Amino acid sequence: MSEKIGVYVCHCGSNIAGTVDVEGVANWAAKELAERGVVVARDYKFMCSSLGQELIEKDIKEHGLTRVVVAACSPHLHEPTFRGACARAGLNPYLFEMTNIREQDSWVTADKQEATKKAKSLVAAAVWRVAHQQPLESLFVPIDPNVLVVGGGITGIQASLEIANAGHHVYLVEREPSIGGHMAQFDKTFPTLDCSACILTPKMFDAGNHKNITLFTWSEVEKVEGYIGNFTVTIRKKARYIDEENCTGCGVCEEKCPKKVIDTVFEAGLGYRKAVYRPFPQAVPKYPVIDRPNCIFFQRGTCKACEKFCPTGAIKFDQQDEIITVKVGNIILATGYDLFDARKIPNYGYGRLPNVFTSLEFERMTNAAGPTGGKVVLRDGVTQPKSVAIVHCVGSRDKNYHKYCSSICCMQSLKFAHLVHEKTGAEVYNFYIDIRTPAKGYEEFYQRLLDEGTHFVRGKVAEITNSVRIPGEEGKLVVQVEDTLIGKQRRIPVDMVILSAALEARADAKEVAQKFGISCSADDWFIERHPKLDPVATMTDGVFIAGACQGPKDIPASVAQGAAAAARVLSIIGQGEIEIEAATAMVDETTCVGCKQCIASCPYQAIIYLEDKGKAYVQEALCKGCGTCVGTCLPKSITLKHFTDDQIVSEMIGAMQAMKSFETMEVS
Amino acid sequence: MMYQPKIIGFLCNWCSYRGADTAGMARMKYPPNVKIIRVPCSGRISPELVLRTFREGADGVMVLGCHIGDCHYSTGNHRTAKRMPVLKKLLEYSGIEPERLHINWVSAAEGEKFTVVIKEFTEKISALPPFVETMK
Repeated sequence: MSEKIGVYVCHCGSNIAGTVDVEGVANWAAKELAERGVVVARDYKFMCSSLGQELIEKDIKEHGLTRVVVAACSPHLHEPTFRGACARAGLNPYLFEMTNIREQDSWVTADKQEATKKAKSLVAAAVWRVAHQQPLESLFVPIDPNVLVVGGGITGIQASLEIANAGHHVYLVEREPSIGGHMAQFDKTFPTLDCSACILTPKMFDAGNHKNITLFTWSEVEKVEGYIGNFTVTIRKKARYIDEENCTGCGVCEEKCPKKVIDTVFEAGLGYRKAVYRPFPQAVPKYPVIDRPNCIFFQRGTCKACEKFCPTGAIKFDQQDEIITVKVGNIILATGYDLFDARKIPNYGYGRLPNVFTSLEFERMTNAAGPTGGKVVLRDGVTQPKSVAIVHCVGSRDKNYHKYCSSICCMQSLKFAHLVHEKTGAEVYNFYIDIRTPAKGYEEFYQRLLDEGTHFVRGKVAEITNSVRIPGEEGKLVVQVEDTLIGKQRRIPVDMVILSAALEARADAKEVAQKFGISCSADDWFIERHPKLDPVATMTDGVFIAGACQGPKDIPASVAQGAAAAARVLSIIGQGEIEIEAATAMVDETTCVGCKQCIASCPYQAIIYLEDKGKAYVQEALCKGCGTCVGTCLPKSITLKHFTDDQIVSEMIGAMQAMKSFETMEVS
Repeated sequence: MMYQPKIIGFLCNWCSYRGADTAGMARMKYPPNVKIIRVPCSGRISPELVLRTFREGADGVMVLGCHIGDCHYSTGNHRTAKRMPVLKKLLEYSGIEPERLHINWVSAAEGEKFTVVIKEFTEKISALPPFVETMK
């Protein structure tokens, strides 16, 4: 064995060393694996620290190591770290192998002896494998400085503005007719109570008029191809039936349109819009959209009132969807959240009892630009409530629906309580499980509400009903709750109930994740690369996530993430080029029989058939390195670099040999 | 001495390997018998790799990939889903208990499922005689 292998076993403080005898593993490797080429085996407190990395670099230089194995945490965490250390010492980074003795050993194995044996087997497997590894040269590809931002809520707007201000071009894609997102629907923002529109609309205007931002509203991403630095994105720009060149946004079409439609998106079902509409007057862009399924002309063939009255002839009934292809280097997903459907909790009566409202409905109601002009009234549109119940945690912190805390509802409910108080002077009851006010100024706001005389009842609401059981409940909604602070069941009659519904992942989050090659958590939130140290990156290079698509978040946190994602993208653009994985497949033409099985198996159409030679050929730039073709190839003519049969089999034999050696030890 | 089955698990890099990491991060406990080998995609696992693992004396082999529809490489695991059941039949034909080969889908978020899959498979294999004895 001509290779000189260095083995490094990490303590990770007590994370590994607390369960695995790390020194024993290193000593075992030095002795038992010497014949496999191990010349150095050490254990160290923190291999990933600069001292740990320097240890490897020093050994490579002094001992002339030709291969390096690190037994530590998951390679998803620190493989790049140690590859970097090897490269700095002049060793090709693909001659390094990492084995996971933390997440897949010390943390999951109860018995210390067993954990140590498992660590030894894993080290043996890595040592056997590393000897077969080949040096590979990474490809460097230039970074396209253009950026795609998906989602035009406050997060997407913030990210777009940061990048555009830095001088790079942004394509901002929004599904709705206007950017603005949920924040455009809100009245006041907690805890400062500044008006949402006042702080949002200037940013919307900036995004809409920035020379470096191209807005695609009423548009959706259809397809994403490529990889970091070189994505090709196909966008469907749905027909607005409005000629944007000629439209001045005067609004005459909206005024003249005879068809009223319940606006379930922007007005949360509380108000009406026309069949030709802008969701709100400050919409960006200013052009309206004709809602085809509701337009009288499209349904019955006559009407065209909008066309008749449009002063600039901007109505175009024959407009078609446009398919636009853009090239970008990085992508930021800021697709936001959906509101939990409160109908799923029938005992709360939403949809059945008219005066039960959702949080979003209440936001629209209390908004001066909303359907009631900012008046807090019952469903009849005139009666002011004298008592209002606000129910927290509707659909969140509830194992029947979502286990997680929706994070914003406590503060939102406090804000509602304040607004109801201010506008109607009604008695307000907050029904909460726990009050959570962890951010700056939030606890002070809670204190303010306590001082204002809002009633706080600690308990999960069991039922909201209109059936009268005791006098005084007639014509009221009765909130049945166990007040856990006094240990009694209470029935509290009120005029109006507001359900602080949970935030949940977008209904199509899974589909979107698949389109962009990222993953979703069990609750369908997009998963970040690292929960603490890499909160806006994903496991897919060049695809970032920001805002509520990653988990429930308030506005300050969303804005911070939007800006953070932009900063990450800008740092990549600043590098000019980026290294991509060198692990691609290649065909050995001497054994290829030209059966074309691999071509059928390749998910990326990266393999072509060379007619003249009668052989398959892998186009390296398109190959993503999955190895499905290798698994398919019968004559074993295809090799996946860095995952060759030799390497995988050696790894397996290494593990098996070690396990067998422990068996014989025990028998003897 | 109690028999400790030797199991090799081929896990895809994107879902199942990360699912195993998730189980670790949550400090879930499971038997130490399975040694995990990371591959880019479950589709990389050719039948020969499984057979060679048995030939080396493994008592059980697991191939875990992304759920159908969630594959990082879009359709790599479709091949696994088609290939492995055929291989199981071949094992049976060769006199090897087909249940020694286990195929399952574990996502990056499913640390709990990963733990259950490992526990159940280890129990199932422990109930079988050591592979080398069946081959005698």
